[in-house]
Amino acid sequence: MQQRKPTVGLTIASDFHFVELAEIVTKHVAELVGFDEDAAGWISMAVREAVINAIKHGNKQDRNKPVEIEFSFNADTITIQVMDRGEGFDLADVPDPLDPENLLKPSGRGIFYIRSFMDEVHFSSRPGGGTIVSMVRRKSRKEGEKKDADH
Amino acid sequence: MLTIKQRDAEGITILDLSGRITIGQGSAQFRETIRQLMEQGRNRLLLNFADVSYVDSSGIGELVSAYTTLNNQGGQLKLLNLPKRIKDLLRITKLLTVFETFDDEAAALRSFQ
Repeated sequence: MQQRKPTVGLTIASDFHFVELAEIVTKHVAELVGFDEDAAGWISMAVREAVINAIKHGNKQDRNKPVEIEFSFNADTITIQVMDRGEGFDLADVPDPLDPENLLKPSGRGIFYIRSFMDEVHFSSRPGGGTIVSMVRRKSRKEGEKKDADH
Repeated sequence: MLTIKQRDAEGITILDLSGRITIGQGSAQFRETIRQLMEQGRNRLLLNFADVSYVDSSGIGELVSAYTTLNNQGGQLKLLNLPKRIKDLLRITKLLTVFETFDDEAAALRSFQ
């Protein structure tokens, strides 16, 4: 894989008012590096969901704690990292929203959507505290292949 | 920003939604509208999504919540004119198997009978 080059960064306070800003910036960056409008829309939605999680579950809506979003890319991929300053979480504790007993729960779909819209998603702990969600999407992905694969 | 216009047809309340149902104002406004309608005893709802530009997981959650609350109280909630993107969001979380959806308003209204 070609080395990633960091190019764009955005830092927001933990306030839901800024979620749309993160979504808009992501869509523009994705289009700027060559994703079509449809793909850029799905990428921005994945970032939107990751930022909501960072604000809500990570930083617990503490406006003094930032959410940082970093974009980097090479010829075929865009990699986006969303970082919070929270206490972290155990992925194993996140219920499967497709489980029949969870199907009608009002929450719990964010991470599932992130995984559906991106080709790779990794969760890691940040040195000093916090969670890093690292997401990769490839231009070479056939549109809809992963979404449909879940069907 | 979400705008909700209300119409009535054959005892069914149609909500013409326009804008975004997302975390914060849009979701809260949607939730409050459904709550008020239920207080008025209006429990047969058809939601028209033709002009909805965006829904996130919070908005999907509000839809599910409205559906279960209405169902538990003997009501019905159905969806009309879902844009492809929103249909995709429902499909990949298997919620298209839960909601009744229509592309034709007359057919949707007939289904309540």
